[in-house]
Amino acid sequence: MDLLEYQGKQLFARHGLPVPEGRHATTVDDAVAAAAEIGYPCVVKAQVRIGGRGKAGGIKVAKDEAEARTHCEAILGMDIRGFTVNDLWIEEASEIDAEYYASIILDRSAKKLLAIVSRMGGMDIEEVAESDPDALVRRHIQPGEEMTLELAREIAVDAGIDDDVTDQVAEVLVKLAKIAVAEDATLLEINPLIVTTDRKVVVLDSKATIDGNSLFRHPEVAELSDASAEDPQEAMAKEKGLTYVKLGGNIGILGNGAGLCMSTLDVVAQAGGEPANFLDAGGGSKAEAIIDSLEVITSDPKVTAVLFNIFGGITRCDEVAKGIVEASREMDLEIPLVVRLDGTNQEEGLAILAESGLDNLHQEKTMLGAAKKVVELA
Amino acid sequence: MSIIVGSDTKLVVSGLTGREGSFHGLRNREYGTDLVAGVTPGKGGQDVDGVPVFDEIAEAVSERGANTSMIFVPAKFAAAAIEEAIDAGIGTVIAITEGIPVLDMMRVYWRAKDAGVRLVGPNCPGVLSPGKANVGIIPAQFFDQGAIGVVSKSGTLTYQIGNELKQAGLGNSTIVGIGGDPIVGSDFIDVLTMFEDDPDTELIVMVGEIGGDAEERAAEFIADSVSKPVVAYIAGFTAPPGKQMGHAGAIISGSSGTAEAKKDALEAKDVRVGTSPTEAAQIAVETLRR
Repeated sequence: MDLLEYQGKQLFARHGLPVPEGRHATTVDDAVAAAAEIGYPCVVKAQVRIGGRGKAGGIKVAKDEAEARTHCEAILGMDIRGFTVNDLWIEEASEIDAEYYASIILDRSAKKLLAIVSRMGGMDIEEVAESDPDALVRRHIQPGEEMTLELAREIAVDAGIDDDVTDQVAEVLVKLAKIAVAEDATLLEINPLIVTTDRKVVVLDSKATIDGNSLFRHPEVAELSDASAEDPQEAMAKEKGLTYVKLGGNIGILGNGAGLCMSTLDVVAQAGGEPANFLDAGGGSKAEAIIDSLEVITSDPKVTAVLFNIFGGITRCDEVAKGIVEASREMDLEIPLVVRLDGTNQEEGLAILAESGLDNLHQEKTMLGAAKKVVELA
Repeated sequence: MSIIVGSDTKLVVSGLTGREGSFHGLRNREYGTDLVAGVTPGKGGQDVDGVPVFDEIAEAVSERGANTSMIFVPAKFAAAAIEEAIDAGIGTVIAITEGIPVLDMMRVYWRAKDAGVRLVGPNCPGVLSPGKANVGIIPAQFFDQGAIGVVSKSGTLTYQIGNELKQAGLGNSTIVGIGGDPIVGSDFIDVLTMFEDDPDTELIVMVGEIGGDAEERAAEFIADSVSKPVVAYIAGFTAPPGKQMGHAGAIISGSSGTAEAKKDALEAKDVRVGTSPTEAAQIAVETLRR
């Protein structure tokens, strides 16, 4: 789960990292009031879960109330690369001497936490890694090893951090590593980590990702998930406990199992179709789950046909067939439904479909056959 | 011979008294797996259809000789259950549970490695050696005994491929579900190593998906250390970047972890990659029949 900048900064502040004063606001009036509290100059910052805010005009300095109001009005509601700005963070302006980079990332390949520090902050770190790899110091935290102040200092020195602020940067790194473990963060990135003109190290930006599987033990973080930013189908699916991702095409897809579902998307695309969504109906799908799934898929106005690709292991084809027939009747569906049933109770399932008398139901025995059929009918 | 599970398996199920644990544990026993015990703290002394239940895995080891653990407990408790199994001297741990926090798995991975324990999963369907033993939720009816080893991140997609192989008259030595999480106990390289050393396995089918670089690393490993033919299938060409597709590990981050990159890496090492599960099965059939 990605945190907004201000949420990450609040998390950092709770753990003793130096962050500038700031206030969160969701209306222009509140934001302007916040600016008055913070004092001028201050920075009006768009809060969205994507980078490139500065370039898009989402970060502006205000030297007085008039400017603050102008900026807030312009930025609130702005679209930044597909994300709508619903939140602002009004922050005290910092006087910047230097911009560094520091992060702790879960390296899933190495199965270890990775610390990265660089004196080249304030720019795209992937570009720095490519053009100037020596400017990045990378150090895995070994299993059973802790990020000690000593180790953190070594890393800072290696990265060429200025002598007078090496200790401060090292302390930031130590705290970052602690936060990663305490808060189940798979990514904690400070870019830039600045040195102010009075030589204080301050967190100027925050990018944080919390492991979705850990939210049960971080209820305050779980609450931060933003329902309003979500796509209506994705929100509906979440409510019904379904795993759904919208893709934008016109062929609705339902499969049992994430791998099988991804494979179905691929096979439909190969057959020339455009999948509308990914939906994993999960194992042991009963009629109820099928009905819920169909409701979500067909609530998307772009959908003109639906493909069910079921390979029943624990899931029984006759249960799925019952669900499809019931849903189609209940919802009075007219769009073509192509159903491929294989595995446990395949024959019983196909019989239920055949006997349903629903003429928008088309059965197929193979995955490839079903993909071709749904593309034809969509 | 098969790998990981077989006729020597003595299984203890953590969570045997739960609904899923008992359903699948007893199904495994019905298949022929030697189910020797169940563990649920506080329910020691009970039994599930004659299978004795203990409070701790250590008791299942000392009193029933358990050597393999299946973890069927909720995500909150699963990492601790895996560690308990390791501490109790269990040699093979198969974790079915989905939703275990990734930093828990990072810690557990290294503990298992240090202890020399074979950990499979989590978020996996388990391991099936047809004709010998089934530990997990893989429906055994779609697989025959034979010479093809299968290693896969997915569940139902694997059943699909297994069924196609069976229909072509071919069978499997062992099917290993390694799971769909970002950090798993055994990845492709670990299982390929075992298949390479297994006299019953003649060809290996590898089923991967978007996310991480396990397939790319496996490609390098295959070129260096695998003499048996390998056929692959990769799911997720149509997945958009940045979106998690079901499995916690199935996410394209930035430019890495794409299906194209995995396919290219494998083909560069002469591993044929099917464009659909059906095609992958067909390639395996052709290759074996040559």
